[in-house]
Amino acid sequence: MNQTTQSLEKQETEQLTVIRPSRGWAWIDLRELWRYRELIYFLVWRDIKVRYKQTLLGAAWAILKPFLSMVIFTVIFSGLANLDTDGAPPPVFYFSGLLPWMLFQDGVAKAGNSLVTGSSLITKVYFPRIAIPLASVLAGIVDFALAFVVLIGMMIYYGVRPTEAVWTLPLFILLALVTALGVGLWLSALNVQYRDVGYVTPFLLQAWMYASPVVYSATLIPEGWARIAYGLNPMAGVVQGFRWAILGVGEPPSGLIILSIVVAISLLISGMLYFKRMERTFADVV
Amino acid sequence: MNDAIRVEDLGKRYRIGGMPSGYRTLRDALASSMRRLSRRDSPPSTDTIWALRHINFNVERGQVLGIVGRNGAGKSTLLKLLSRVTVPTEGKAEIYGRVGSLLEVGTGFHPELTGRENIYLNGAILGMKRAEIERKFDEIVDFAEVRKFIDTPVKRYSSGMYLRLAFGVAAHLEPEILVVDEVLAVGDAEFQRKCLGKMSDVAHEGRTVLFVSHNMSAILRLTEETIVLDKGQIVMRGPTPEAVDFYMTSEMARSGERRWEKGDDYQTNNPFHPLAIRVLDSRGRVADRVLSSEDFSVEFEYELQEELTGLRVGMYLATSRGEQVFTSFDTDNPETYERLTDRRKGHYISKCRIPRDLLNGGVFVLGVNASSFRIRSYFTDEHALTFTVDPTGAPGSQWAEPRRGPVRPALNWEITEVV
Repeated sequence: MNQTTQSLEKQETEQLTVIRPSRGWAWIDLRELWRYRELIYFLVWRDIKVRYKQTLLGAAWAILKPFLSMVIFTVIFSGLANLDTDGAPPPVFYFSGLLPWMLFQDGVAKAGNSLVTGSSLITKVYFPRIAIPLASVLAGIVDFALAFVVLIGMMIYYGVRPTEAVWTLPLFILLALVTALGVGLWLSALNVQYRDVGYVTPFLLQAWMYASPVVYSATLIPEGWARIAYGLNPMAGVVQGFRWAILGVGEPPSGLIILSIVVAISLLISGMLYFKRMERTFADVV
Repeated sequence: MNDAIRVEDLGKRYRIGGMPSGYRTLRDALASSMRRLSRRDSPPSTDTIWALRHINFNVERGQVLGIVGRNGAGKSTLLKLLSRVTVPTEGKAEIYGRVGSLLEVGTGFHPELTGRENIYLNGAILGMKRAEIERKFDEIVDFAEVRKFIDTPVKRYSSGMYLRLAFGVAAHLEPEILVVDEVLAVGDAEFQRKCLGKMSDVAHEGRTVLFVSHNMSAILRLTEETIVLDKGQIVMRGPTPEAVDFYMTSEMARSGERRWEKGDDYQTNNPFHPLAIRVLDSRGRVADRVLSSEDFSVEFEYELQEELTGLRVGMYLATSRGEQVFTSFDTDNPETYERLTDRRKGHYISKCRIPRDLLNGGVFVLGVNASSFRIRSYFTDEHALTFTVDPTGAPGSQWAEPRRGPVRPALNWEITEVV
């Protein structure tokens, strides 16, 4: 049953909104979401504007965060632990893994908290609630783009040429965004009811990072069942594929990427359904 | 079919208790599902409350409808339902046209963003298109009087500037239906005057407006018809002056007497115990209705648990529309002040005679106050009792017309023919 139905009146182009109880499962009204695209734009814009306000280094943090992590990973995992980096210079290897990972990680973390921090909006104004977590995920693209410029600089410095498969890069970025939105929708809706989510998310993300080939090469994973299980993690496919597309290291994405895509889309669809189901109680519970 | 809003049997039930903090932790959920497993026959959560139920009304296109009711009567819930912030539990509402809701000023304002940026952000949140905001931008800035600071983060604004800007954006919304909650309750008198002016412009532009306020003079000024809500039900709908009178009188005791029970929480540690306040007619009988053409009295009965110095006991008189008429204390007379101001422990009545030909007809609200000036306020109740003044026989009664103003004094006129 739809929460609202919109219909055009015959004589006038005036919209009729019917407000009535809604129960059960429903699908997110994508047409309505499209009508609110300007709001999504402004929410993204606000997130970006506000993110580094009153910091000394400002937007430089978008670069420093992955850069500092890259330095640590290089020292520990490559320097001390001597892990294989598929023949790529370790800094480039780690940095190129961190970029899609951080796009995902920040998106999930920000989206997961977005409804709770945006509670003043939810209790005062109507708009499709999905706009809030969606904007949180999309806002990460700017940080990603800034860091991407640094990656290009590093590749030039280390003399790494991009591969011919570099055109597939946007597909992996899209897959990361879809996964982040799917997980973010689940977490944000759960967070409204259960604040435990705020405590669980950091651990979830940490575990997820080690379950993805960010600090190691996916070639370490043995063939067979372990590989298939690995494919269930869309971010494994994203990070591995991202490296392969731009640096040409590691294995090309196999049929497992299909599995990753299926998992990512299922996460998104189930997240949207759950979000829509919980949406009607947000204003009362948050 | 000329309705903008049609509401049929609308109801909203909230869950209360069990979650005092308003949200649940996973532990609570697990605990309650365990309880449910162990006690299958237990009824499914009785801790619910109907904030609104069986609400039926319609609003014609272009009508400005007021909604009054005390706190918790369901006013805000009704506006939240109509602006789709929350979903009803039963019934339905049909709304023809775009709804703009103004449940709070400055929704979504971000302190780190500049005035300019917040105008765009807030406008978008309230449902304005970017082009619409651009067109209105100068008007909003002029209304808020913040042109000089438009590129300063709003966290550096004074609270007045902040409120003016926030209200300015909202007031320039142009939906067919505007839903407004209590926005005039904030800010200083100047801000309120400005907002009220803007609201009345909006109301006269032929827009459909639903207006909730505790400010009766705002309701009277802006609306022609008003709904009175009580305990989640519509108890009255009528022309605003009647509805406001109904609301102001129904809310309080009407019997001409109000008693306070011992053991109310304000009495702990308080040497002053109010007992009763009464209105007495010219023959000394308790009455909720007095004649303007006769003297009447107001008496306030109280107990002092210890000797108090500098005590003054008195009353505020206001009209049912919230206009203050006067304030008077039992030790106002400078000649007897010294003698009366120190009072021993005991049981007292302070009685005040209100002369004939002073008050105009209408419903008045008595407030009481007992305090030692600049030392302590022992007791205040601004809405202790209401009573009605009947203007029959008042000066000018030969013309059957309502007179303006809360007072209707008999004044001496001299008419001289100038040759």
